[in-house]
Amino acid sequence: MIEIDNLTKTYGAGPQAYQALRGVTATVRANEFFTLLGPSGCGKTTLLRMIAGFETPTSGKLLLDGQDVSASPPYRRPVNTVFQSYALFPHMTCAENIGFGLKMLGKPKAEITRTVGEMLDLVQMTPMANRRPSQLSGGQQQRIALARALAPKPKVLLLDEPLSALDYKLRKDMQIELKRIQKDTGITFVFVTHDQEEALTMSDRIAIMNAGTIRQIGSPRDIYDQPAERFVADFIGETNFLTVGLLGVAGQTARVALPSGRELDLRAPGELPKGPQVTMAIRPEHLELVAADAGQLSGRLSNIVYFGTDTHFHVDLGEGGALVVRSQNKPDQMPRLTAGEAVGISVLPGTGQVLRD
Amino acid sequence: MADRKRFDVRALPGLSFMAGSCFVLLYLPILLVVIYSFNAGNTVSIWEGFSWRWYQAAWNNAAVQEATLRSLMVASIASVLATAAAVLAALATTRSRGFRGRGIVLGLINQPLMVPEIVTAVGLLIVFSMIKVATGYQGIGYVILAHASFCTPFAFMSIRARLQGMDLSLENAGADLYGTPVRIFRHVTLPQLWPGILSGWMLAFVISLDNVVITEFVKSAGQDTLPTYMLGQLRRKITPEINAISTVLLLISIALVITAYLAGRKRA
Ligand SMILES: Nc1ncnc2c1ncn2[C@@H]1O[C@H](COP(=O)(O)OP(=O)(O)OP(=O)(O)O)[C@@H](O)[C@H]1O
Ligand SMILES: [Mg+2]
Repeated sequence: MIEIDNLTKTYGAGPQAYQALRGVTATVRANEFFTLLGPSGCGKTTLLRMIAGFETPTSGKLLLDGQDVSASPPYRRPVNTVFQSYALFPHMTCAENIGFGLKMLGKPKAEITRTVGEMLDLVQMTPMANRRPSQLSGGQQQRIALARALAPKPKVLLLDEPLSALDYKLRKDMQIELKRIQKDTGITFVFVTHDQEEALTMSDRIAIMNAGTIRQIGSPRDIYDQPAERFVADFIGETNFLTVGLLGVAGQTARVALPSGRELDLRAPGELPKGPQVTMAIRPEHLELVAADAGQLSGRLSNIVYFGTDTHFHVDLGEGGALVVRSQNKPDQMPRLTAGEAVGISVLPGTGQVLRD
Repeated sequence: MADRKRFDVRALPGLSFMAGSCFVLLYLPILLVVIYSFNAGNTVSIWEGFSWRWYQAAWNNAAVQEATLRSLMVASIASVLATAAAVLAALATTRSRGFRGRGIVLGLINQPLMVPEIVTAVGLLIVFSMIKVATGYQGIGYVILAHASFCTPFAFMSIRARLQGMDLSLENAGADLYGTPVRIFRHVTLPQLWPGILSGWMLAFVISLDNVVITEFVKSAGQDTLPTYMLGQLRRKITPEINAISTVLLLISIALVITAYLAGRKRA
């Protein structure tokens, strides 16, 4: 278990000082696949390096299984890293690379040999044991880097965008394999990515980061279905934002007035701004095209984009803004719509929510 | 990019002539030294046929033997000391958090490259004579120490270049895998630094081997190295024996420099 307690990190000093982490608090549970997801420069690597011990926090605490490790050097932490660049030792064979951590821990030779064998097996690289890293492909190097980090059986494995250098097919395979290895070993994984699909499919929980802070932590479902704020809704998946009038709030439900004048009940997690206008967020797949005079909203089709499995209909709501409606393509009922046509939009019951900005 | 052609340095008038003259000036004398080392006659300018006699003479000359051994001894010890100092200095200037005055330290390490050698020589002479008076020690140690100090920047340059080119994440990985700083140096940094150390050491060795100015100032009587012995001989009578010794020194230097170059290139 990792407890991250109000960590901050400021690089540099004086006028060049840059605050890369602005008070990050989170708890990573044991045996969890925990993902840090966020736009470039939001501080993911910085947080990971801090857990590994390569950076010292400017303030805040870091607890590993209840022990404060904020001041321990990397070699005293039961944490291993799969580096983005792999950082395999070029002067050692794959087997020696994998055995390095155990050797440093002073394990007996027989045990090292056995564990290295197991690890090679785990990542299916046994035939490459005596090759140098330079003689391996990117995907193979990645496996060796993974095996090397797993061999000392750390409590926590940190992975900084380990799959970003791989091509699409290999990445898909490695995603499944990583997930399998995580389950088999029961090691806590802290995984960094900026690929949201990767995050959604692999993680037990995701932390969405922005500008040095964590915006929301939750299961992939929570994050996707109940984004806590506009940034999260916008970052994960596609979301329509619509300015609506706030009529009243009752518990977790808000009654709003759509641009068309119709009223609608929406989920309203958390506090809402007091003003008369609020933002409504709704996923494109939660909208449906209907006849021009039916549905809660109406507008004109401005664009139709075909995506194979589904089609995106861009609808211009006039004064009220614009929306994207996604509908799955089914062979028997291909919508025969053309741009410029007037359409109605209906909101699927129980979807959509009001968000704080 | 189209302009690049116009700026081609080869278009400058007389360039090939200049370049050609430079090469002739640089290498013709060396070529002559080598050729006349095989002269059967007694002079270094009148060719009287081929012979190995001056090599034999040099080989059998007790003074040459003694100076050669001393040179090799001084160069071996001094280059090792210089390399060790250079490794530490290179680590301190590339593997530490930037410390105040790092630029000054870098300048100080490279100082011997910029200060006229004669000034260093005079300085060393004065300091060493003070030490000699104070301690009474007269040995070869002064020469070795002096050589080690002016060889250090040469070794330093090649080792530092190698360190800078190395991927820092490898050392991070070493620390991540439970390597203490000392063990990381031993198991991760050093194995990759070897080519740089080797080439730095060889460079230091060659530089020490042919030093005249500082040696001349620092040495006591009877502490001639090969170059200072040759200088002494030139003041008297010049025979092709000097050519023969020079040729051998030349071969040793070339061999070391090529090895240093190859070592530096390996796995770089
Ligand atoms: N050593 C450093 N000195 C100064 N600023 C730094 C340093 N390392 C990172 N930063 C800054 O801190 C911020 C966060 O960097 P970090 O590497 O953690 O981002 P990231 O979320 O990993 O981004 P990416 O997805 O692009 O890898 C960036 O704005 C970066 O410029
Ligand atoms: Mg990063």
